[in-house]
Amino acid sequence: MNTLLPLQVEDLTLVLGGETLIDGISLTMIEPGISVIMGFNGAGKSLFLRMLHGLVPQTSGSIHWAGEGSSQNMRLRQAMVFQSPVLLRRTVAANIDFALKVRGLGDVRRRDELLELVGLSDLAERPARLLSGGEQQRLALARALSCRPEVLFLDEPTANLDPASVALIEDTLKGAAADGMKIIFVTHDVGQARRLGAEIVFLHEGKVEEQSPASAFFAKPASSVAQAYLDGRIVV
Amino acid sequence: MQDMGSAFSLAFGLLLSADADLMEIIGLSLQVSLTALLISCLVGLPLGALVATCRFRGRSALLVLMNALMGLPPVVVGLIVYLYLSRAGPLGWMQLLYTPTAMIIAQTILITPIIAALSRQILEDLHEEYSEQFRSLNVPWRAEIAALLWDGRFSLVTVALAGFGRSIAEVGAVIIVGGNIDHLTRVMTTAIALETSKGDLPLALALGLVLLVIALTVNALAFVMRQAASKFAYA
Repeated sequence: MNTLLPLQVEDLTLVLGGETLIDGISLTMIEPGISVIMGFNGAGKSLFLRMLHGLVPQTSGSIHWAGEGSSQNMRLRQAMVFQSPVLLRRTVAANIDFALKVRGLGDVRRRDELLELVGLSDLAERPARLLSGGEQQRLALARALSCRPEVLFLDEPTANLDPASVALIEDTLKGAAADGMKIIFVTHDVGQARRLGAEIVFLHEGKVEEQSPASAFFAKPASSVAQAYLDGRIVV
Repeated sequence: MQDMGSAFSLAFGLLLSADADLMEIIGLSLQVSLTALLISCLVGLPLGALVATCRFRGRSALLVLMNALMGLPPVVVGLIVYLYLSRAGPLGWMQLLYTPTAMIIAQTILITPIIAALSRQILEDLHEEYSEQFRSLNVPWRAEIAALLWDGRFSLVTVALAGFGRSIAEVGAVIIVGGNIDHLTRVMTTAIALETSKGDLPLALALGLVLLVIALTVNALAFVMRQAASKFAYA
C-alpha cells in the first residue's frame, strides 16, 4: 500500500536567473508502478525530478503527496538515485549501514539482503569508490532501497553502464514496483522506457508535452515533438 | 667555538648516549606541542566543519579572518599571552606564566587557526560533493558533520601534521611565555637559540638534528597516509 499517492502537481514553475526552466507543470500520478520521464536534453527532466523530491524549491506552484504539501518529512518516505552515484569514502557495506543508521533502521540482515539483491555480497568489504561504474550504481540503488521508500526517484541511473548492470537494475526496479513502490524514472533510452514504463511523461522546454500510458505513447504519441523524439529527429 | 666537524660528532654522541638533558628537552617539546595539537584539533576541526557546512551572515568575513590568522606572528601571540598571564594581567592570578601550560596556550592559539582554516577547505569540498545525497537521505546536521569528519580523516590528519610541524618548530611565542627555564620550560627551539648564543654548538646541533628528523618523519607520515588513502580510494 503506497500512502504517498496520489501525487498532484499544480502549475509548478521554476525561474532561475530570469530564465523559466520549469514552466507551469501540472500532472497527477495515481497508481504505483514505473512512470518514465522523457525528453530532449535541457527539457528540465532532472530539475523536475529534484523538485518532486524537494531538493530544488519551486518559484511557484505546488506539489502534494496524498494531499499533503511537500516537506522534509515527506522526503523520509522517498529516496533518490542520481546519475553519478555519490558514495561515501567507506566500504560497500558501510555505505548501506550509514543510510540505515540515519533512518533509524540499523539492521545487518537488511543490509545483507540488499547487497544480495544487487549482486554485491562478495564485495561488501571493498572500498565503494573502487567499484566499477555499474557496481557503484547498483550500490547506490541498494542504499536508496535500504530506506524502504514509498517513492523512488532515479535520474538516468543506467547511463553508460554495462548491460549486466542495466539488466540487474531494471529487474530490481520491476520487483520494487510490483511490491507497490512508486518509481519515477528519468531516461534518454527509448528501449529502456519501453521495457520499464507503465506511463510516459514527455517534457519539452520545461512543460509537460504529454502524459500517456506507455503502450499508447509508443504506439502513437499525441505530440509532434514526442514523435520527433521517438523518430530520432532533432528538434531545434 | 668548536669547528663544525667536532660539533657534529659531539652532537651524535649526545644523541647516541641518550643524554638526560637532551631527552628532557625533547620530551617537553613533544609534550607541549602534542597537547597544543590535541586541543587545537578539538577546537579547530569542529569549527572548520561548522563553517564549511553552514551559511550565515558574516561568513565571508570569518573566512578572511581565519585565513589571516594562519599567518599570526608567533612573537605577537607570545606577547599577548604574556600580557594576559603576567601578574598584572587579567589571568595573572592563575600563575601560569613561565610554565609549560603557558607554552601550550600560546601554541594552541597559533595552530588552531591553521587547523580550522585548512580543515574548512577540505570539508567544504567534501560537503559540496555529498550535500545533495545527504539532503535526499535527510541526514541530520550532526550526523552530517560526523560523516564529513570521518570521510575526510586522511586529509585531516595531514592538516594536523601541518599544525604539529608549526608548533614543534616555533620559538618566538614559547620563549616569551615559557622563559626558557632549565628543567622547566626549555624546549628544543628555545634551547637551540640559547646554546647557539652561548657558542655550545653540540647540544644545539643535536637538537637541530632531532627537529629535522621530526620534520622529516611528519612529512613522510603525511605522504604515506595520503598514498595509502588514495590507493584504497578513501581520500
